[in-house]
Amino acid sequence: MASVTLQNLTKTYAGGSLRAVNGVSLDVEDGEFLVLVGPSGCGKSTALRMIAGLEEISDGAVWIGDDFVNDTHPKDRDIAMVFQSYALYPHMTVYDNIAFPLQIAKLPKAEIDKRVQEAARILELDAYLKRRPGQLSGGQRQRVAMGRAIVRQPAVFLMDEPLSNLDAKLRVQMRAEIASLQHRLGVTTIYVTHDQVEALTMGHRVALLKDGVLQQVDTPSNIYNKPRNTFVAAFIGSPTMNLYWAELEGQGDTLAVRLGSHLLKMPAQSRAEHAGLSRYAGKRIIVGIRPEDIVEASTVQQADPDDCITAQVSLVEALGSDVIVHLGIDAQAAEIRSSDSLDEIKAEAGKSRCVARFTAKSDVRLGQTVTVRLDTGRMHFFDGETGLSILL
Amino acid sequence: MATAKTYDPELLQAQRRRRETRRLLRGVGLHLLLIAILGVMLYPVIWMVFSAFRPEAEIFGDMGFIPTTWTLDNFIRGWQLYGNLTFTQFYINSFVLCALAIVGNLIACSMAAYAFARLEFRGKWFLFAIMLGTMMLPIHVQLIPQYIFFLNIGWVNTILPLIVPKFLAHDAFFIFLMVQFMRSLPSELEQAAVVDGASYWQRYWRIILPLSMPALATTAVFTFINTYNDFFSQLIYLTDTDRMTVPVALRLFLDPSGGASSFGGLFAMVLVSIGPVLGFFLASQRLLTKGIATQGFK
Repeated sequence: MASVTLQNLTKTYAGGSLRAVNGVSLDVEDGEFLVLVGPSGCGKSTALRMIAGLEEISDGAVWIGDDFVNDTHPKDRDIAMVFQSYALYPHMTVYDNIAFPLQIAKLPKAEIDKRVQEAARILELDAYLKRRPGQLSGGQRQRVAMGRAIVRQPAVFLMDEPLSNLDAKLRVQMRAEIASLQHRLGVTTIYVTHDQVEALTMGHRVALLKDGVLQQVDTPSNIYNKPRNTFVAAFIGSPTMNLYWAELEGQGDTLAVRLGSHLLKMPAQSRAEHAGLSRYAGKRIIVGIRPEDIVEASTVQQADPDDCITAQVSLVEALGSDVIVHLGIDAQAAEIRSSDSLDEIKAEAGKSRCVARFTAKSDVRLGQTVTVRLDTGRMHFFDGETGLSILL
Repeated sequence: MATAKTYDPELLQAQRRRRETRRLLRGVGLHLLLIAILGVMLYPVIWMVFSAFRPEAEIFGDMGFIPTTWTLDNFIRGWQLYGNLTFTQFYINSFVLCALAIVGNLIACSMAAYAFARLEFRGKWFLFAIMLGTMMLPIHVQLIPQYIFFLNIGWVNTILPLIVPKFLAHDAFFIFLMVQFMRSLPSELEQAAVVDGASYWQRYWRIILPLSMPALATTAVFTFINTYNDFFSQLIYLTDTDRMTVPVALRLFLDPSGGASSFGGLFAMVLVSIGPVLGFFLASQRLLTKGIATQGFK
């Protein structure tokens, strides 16, 4: 096992004009499960392929353990990779697929057999060793790909969206299986996905990329609860965080957030925890509020009227476990396109959409006017110019 | 105001019957026309087949199909051409030539195709363009320089000019066919092998080649048919009668100086010579279409 260190990792195309990965620096600890997540085309797979040695590094350095591996052949990096398409050899049996890297390494037959049988046992593939990949289900193929990776006993696992070809139900099952397998084997793992649920549930830490630039590396809980900028806030969470232009008014005990026509009082605890907020008094900022922090006022005992707003329901999505409710409020929504530039934080005029998550017991109906309570203590605040969190 | 929606089922039925009758008449007419054209095209072949079973003297005396007397004499005399020289020798020559050509093309063209399809090297696209360019050169342009070259190195009247180029990836068409096929294989398969530590040779031999089986089969079938039917090259390079192949030997039945030609023997041996190529084609038809039709890879 080994740590992985990326120093200013950069990948350029078209003579340097296109930067797929832009100065990514990252330390993955020995035995850690790190998830690289981001939207399509953000450079996460390219970064992974550079670590694997399948893509040339334009600038920066990759270290695996104490070895500088920029110019090391993939086979000498002591890594194993699981591909999105599994990349199983269709003409070989499951046994031969798993044994392939060991046969290439010219290990004794007895040793190969021992390791393949062990991997098959761990992955519950014993009964399928004589089959070809074409005769297996998606989940079984995925397990064979995992088997081919673990049989080498590598220092690092690299996984490139290994679950994206599975149906939703199987994905949930395999997600848990991969996470528990990694926990059992303790092998350093870098896992690429565009699925934020996978990112939050599987990894010890999550690294979020956008346009090749690393936005935040943190534990799933911190990524969700303490997003570093508006992009992280908007990307993580489903439904996405509501973001609005707002203004901080008052000072000290009277600090409040002006959200459209509403003035929401800041609770004493928030004021104490985030002393830096006072600096933004009188300035335009962006506030974020997660759907689960907006609840029906009628379900809260003694809801403070200062925390409540009244809005009309424009859409109801009943999910069974809870109800997603779209409301129209008179705040200016901030649509985040880039965390780097204010120009791209678009302000929408008029009524803005607000998404709330109500309990399944809620009986709200389309067109109904409801009073909702905003948990101001859990609000997120971002600099109106830079998009960076004010709370961190 | 809503109008009542009614229809006449009998009228609909009658219209449908009329449509079906028209379609049937059109189909019958078209098929009769096609059968007539087919008859004109097949007549010489069918006539030759029956003539092979006709006594020599009767062949040009009767343009009908069915012989008055059936005989296998043409086959027996045709096979025993003259002296010790029989068609057994010509078939052995043809099959040896075909087998070596197939082996040569499979090895050399697949390796060249792998390089063009999967490897990165300087001048790759230039070389690929030159290779495609050779496909567009008519054989007649290459014929004389090639002949002079092989004459100078003493290879004329041996099978070497017909075999050695195959081992040097001479057939650009097959390289092109395999390049296209190999490009359609997912690159992740090979990348997985790279990470697993496989060398270029191991990737070619253990991953790419087995997966290219349909393209290899197509190459083998076409090489067999092309080589077996290749009259011209074999005619100019193989001059000794004991080295001749089947298509060249068939010419021996005719006397170009106006002497006695044995048409009965010729027809009989032509009929026999169609056998291997037809059999090979039918046996491999499924592979052939699969190789040509394979676009994607699942």
